[in-house]
Amino acid sequence: MKTIKILGTGCAKCKATEQAIRNAIAKNNIEATVEKVEDIQQIMEYNILSTPAVVVDEVVKIKGKVPSEVEILEALS
Amino acid sequence: MFDWLKNFSDWLIYSVFNMAQGAKLSDALNFFVYDTIKILILLFLITTVMGVVNSYFPVDKIRNYLSRNKLFGLEYLFASTFGAITPFCSCSSVPLFIGFVKGGIPLGVTFAFLITSPLVNEVAIAMFVGMFGVKATLIYVSSGILLGMIGGFILGKLKLEKYLSPWVQGILNNAIKESTLEEKKLTFSERLPTIFKEAYSIIKGVFLYIIVGIGIGAMMHGFIPTGFFEVYISKENPLAVPISVILGIPMYSNAAGVLPIIQVFVQKGIPIGTAIAFMMSVVGLSIPEATMLKKIMTWKLIAIFFGVVTICIIFSGYIFNLIL
Repeated sequence: MKTIKILGTGCAKCKATEQAIRNAIAKNNIEATVEKVEDIQQIMEYNILSTPAVVVDEVVKIKGKVPSEVEILEALS
Repeated sequence: MFDWLKNFSDWLIYSVFNMAQGAKLSDALNFFVYDTIKILILLFLITTVMGVVNSYFPVDKIRNYLSRNKLFGLEYLFASTFGAITPFCSCSSVPLFIGFVKGGIPLGVTFAFLITSPLVNEVAIAMFVGMFGVKATLIYVSSGILLGMIGGFILGKLKLEKYLSPWVQGILNNAIKESTLEEKKLTFSERLPTIFKEAYSIIKGVFLYIIVGIGIGAMMHGFIPTGFFEVYISKENPLAVPISVILGIPMYSNAAGVLPIIQVFVQKGIPIGTAIAFMMSVVGLSIPEATMLKKIMTWKLIAIFFGVVTICIIFSGYIFNLIL
């Protein structure tokens, strides 16, 4: 069971990222909890420079772009 | 470069639709068809090019470089140019701002980035090339970068650290010089789909603004007589620049919506410097931006920030009117 966090202050790209992640895990039957982090203070604890970012089990895997399904699966493996 | 498009829209309006040449409505329609297609082509080209640049742009390395090296003033140029290159997304500006502060980069340098970021972006560049030509675009981009440098430098001198939100001050005091995240190296062809997708989503995001903006612009183009605005906003009126800049602050639109209208303003007699200054204040300063900055700054700092940038924009408006 993985914990996926999507870091983003609520812009269009961040929403697109959340949607992409939810689609990817549903489609591939991956068990994971998806959490959206919108508080800038919490976001900055991950030491990133660009949002949206995807954090898997507290490790930043993707940042600054809306990931493709392939990239999501790679980040989750 | 766009002669073929002019021919096409002439042909479409005057031959296919069989509308009378020189009539107000057909002129407006012709203008609309021509401008819309031209802008969409340029937007696609420039967002793709900027996408490629961005994909290879080492944000972390630049940040680390800026925080490690003493650059004797050049850091303002770097930070400001950096703001011009990064795609403007309000949601990314705040994380970058904090990232800079975290890296121990002086506040003034960080501000230089923050000023230029919304001012110069791929959409503004594409629209500018399409509407005012390459020369005016270069002037716009370089003055945007210069404005960021000067504004950042002034703000840096004001020692404003104490007006940051308390939690940001905490970060400031615990600045760490390095951050690492190993990113996988991708080949060009692996990057391309993401770049196109990004370009597409940028264009999709501003499409409606462009249509509405060019639509209004086309109506004005067709129905407002040349020289109409000159009566009110001429070069001789010394208050024209500050008034248009201040009017621009509460207006919130992106470059895509404002530029088509500004183009017509210029055609109808408003000096280009005044028009550019107006546009800078519309895209560079806005209420949504202020509320976003509230997360990291006190109102007092936001007011100082907006004040300094406003004054810089007003000055650049005067300078444009002198040199253009």
